[in-house]
Amino acid sequence: MFDNIDKLSQRARELRAPTKQPIKVMVSMGTCGIAAGATPVLAALQKEIAERNLESSVKLVETGCMGLCYCEPSIEIENTQTGKSIIYGNVKPGDAPVIVKNLDGAAVGVDTVNRTWYYPELEEPGEQQLQARIVLRNSGRVNPERLDDYVANNGYQALGKVLTEMSARAVIDEILASGLRGRGGGGFPTGKKWEFAANQESDVKYLICNADEGDPGAFMDRAVLEGDPHSVLEAMAIAGYAIGAHEGYIYIRAEYPLAIKRLRIAIEQAENAGLLGKNILGSDFDFHIELKYGAGAFVCGEETALIHSIEGKRGEPTFKPPYPAISGLWGKPTIVNNVETFANITAIIRLGAAWFRRIGTEKSPGTKVFALAGKIKRVGLIEVPMGTALRDIIFNLGGGIYNDKEFKAVQTGGPSGGALPASQLDTPIDYDSLKALGSMMGSGGMIVMDEDDCMVNIAKFFLEFTLDESCGKCTPCRIGNTRLFEMLEQICEGNGTEETLTKLKTLALTIKDTALCGLGQTSPNPVLSTLSNFADEYQSHVKDKRCLAGVCTKLISYVINDQCVGCTLCARNCPVQCIAGERKEQHVIDQDKCIKCGVCYNTCKFHAIDRI
Amino acid sequence: MSCHCDEQKPQELNLIEEFPDKRKKLEEYIQSLDIGNNREKNRGLLIQSLHKAQDIFGYLPLCVQLFVADKLKLHLSEVYGVISFYSYFTDKPVGKYKIHVCTGTACFVKGAGAVLDEFKRYLNLEVGETSADRKFSLNSLRCVGACSLAPVVMVNDKVYGKVTAKMVPDIINECA
Repeated sequence: MFDNIDKLSQRARELRAPTKQPIKVMVSMGTCGIAAGATPVLAALQKEIAERNLESSVKLVETGCMGLCYCEPSIEIENTQTGKSIIYGNVKPGDAPVIVKNLDGAAVGVDTVNRTWYYPELEEPGEQQLQARIVLRNSGRVNPERLDDYVANNGYQALGKVLTEMSARAVIDEILASGLRGRGGGGFPTGKKWEFAANQESDVKYLICNADEGDPGAFMDRAVLEGDPHSVLEAMAIAGYAIGAHEGYIYIRAEYPLAIKRLRIAIEQAENAGLLGKNILGSDFDFHIELKYGAGAFVCGEETALIHSIEGKRGEPTFKPPYPAISGLWGKPTIVNNVETFANITAIIRLGAAWFRRIGTEKSPGTKVFALAGKIKRVGLIEVPMGTALRDIIFNLGGGIYNDKEFKAVQTGGPSGGALPASQLDTPIDYDSLKALGSMMGSGGMIVMDEDDCMVNIAKFFLEFTLDESCGKCTPCRIGNTRLFEMLEQICEGNGTEETLTKLKTLALTIKDTALCGLGQTSPNPVLSTLSNFADEYQSHVKDKRCLAGVCTKLISYVINDQCVGCTLCARNCPVQCIAGERKEQHVIDQDKCIKCGVCYNTCKFHAIDRI
Repeated sequence: MSCHCDEQKPQELNLIEEFPDKRKKLEEYIQSLDIGNNREKNRGLLIQSLHKAQDIFGYLPLCVQLFVADKLKLHLSEVYGVISFYSYFTDKPVGKYKIHVCTGTACFVKGAGAVLDEFKRYLNLEVGETSADRKFSLNSLRCVGACSLAPVVMVNDKVYGKVTAKMVPDIINECA
């Protein structure tokens, strides 16, 4: 029980004192790590350490995600005396002996991974270190289920500082000065939001953490909650102090069971230690946090819809103003901040706004976490200073395009964002530059597409998502997007005309101007951005009735040419058995039966199949 | 309030009456919540109660909806409105093997569409349907966050990564 800040600091000093276990072996145990087989790796390492009687000098730590999804299971070994560390990827249980035998050097035969990030709090960047980790500072470094691990890394020091040295106004001023903007996508200044709510006279105010990460292909909030849950709890208490709220809710997707479990553990630990609940750290400030679960509705990421969902209603948005900061949950002033926004707060309070502003750009200070996925070699989570060029992210950190194909586009902002072409790769990314290009920051999903992707089809995909997730309340979104989708279908099936394209654009712009909430207003972005950046693809669908990427099945067919040697490989792999022919003779595809899956095209070793 | 399941769908079991132990479990959960006379506050407990009810019964037929409405002192229309809005809740029975094909963006660009089509063809089911023998139900879902394994298929809690159309029969056979 920490009933004052000195006890907390004392405990942190004890925990940081040199231990008899100078070597830390950290195993990434996030959802993706576990899915890739981290559990048997952990067991094998444990067994090996025990067999070699190294338990007294080696500490095995189960951590959250390091962000190296492409080479899970991943582990990091750190010598806390020398400060040296090494990261291994694609670790198998059988690698445990050689790893434990070579704790101070590189184990031969195991993949090593370069650390492409630095910790701005502790060190200066090296040459190859394009990443700066503030939000992910503890992910993959601490055991998220142990409060001591968090305390040892300056945990709850910011809350202590706020409660003992700062007025509520001073906290808001610090956040305002830092220039922190909402990381959920909109980019509204966080300090401003807090200020609005703080200025409201009300007996009750609420604070909500938006952990309804619905953007398909974005999983940074999950990584923070699974890897460093206390940092979010601490920041929520600070925000509560600043605006005068005593009750906080975390609205989290039901699809994230591990994050829910770790949050529950963390809340209980913090309450038992006097870091949440009544009289936090012996002060007269009370703050309680409760979990609320989503139930599979993307629109609930929109703050008014989210508030209705917590109230137990259908998650439909309402018109703003009034903004939630004035009238939100149960009609009371309410702040809704995203997980990643909260994860920045404690560092800003401890190290100051000036320190924070040293990273990133003038209008978008700090870092942003991106989830890199799609046709890219190194799928995973990265955290870069705002202003980093897309090219650095995709070709340096991401390792370039999968199978060395040609880059075509990168979608930022998920279904609300836009697809940026190769000519825009040198854009330094921040909120304003992405908006200027017709895309948006969004929550930080970044999906890379290559020459095999049809951009018309991609626009159709995102629209189908929006259709599915539209709550149906306002007409532009409900009916307008349905019409947009139908037009895109026409185009993909070869029934589109020049006129379809004109109508498509007019309607898209109308929806953008007239829809009720953020979901509807941004839903035409994928259409508008592909229309302007990939106009030639639309033209070839409409004029030549051709899909150059070979995706729109109505516009392509597969035929076997005279290069065929009759190896039968295609016939054996065809899922609908529509390829006939004798061994060593040219085969034929039955066009009526062909489902145009392209398996034959991809399996043929003799370039004997043409896609026309 | 009494349950009218029998009147509406004669073939459907009244789960609340058929399974007293499950009913008890749900009742105990709802009673553990802080239910007062403030309707608005009670409503805030609805979604978590429905999560629990679906955990226990597998789905949320009318009799379960009525039971929850009764316990939380809410109208059935409010309960049904929530169930029909959120995709996580279902009022239809689901199969023993719940097949979910991820159609998030990362899986989509890596070919989830072809995988889903093959499941539809192989099982002769549309998305959202359950086979007549209640063995399989087929659904799509948006992003499980395992984007490095794309395309991903989940069967109950088991994750299959880098799935191709060709692997579909094997995945189904593994369920037997």
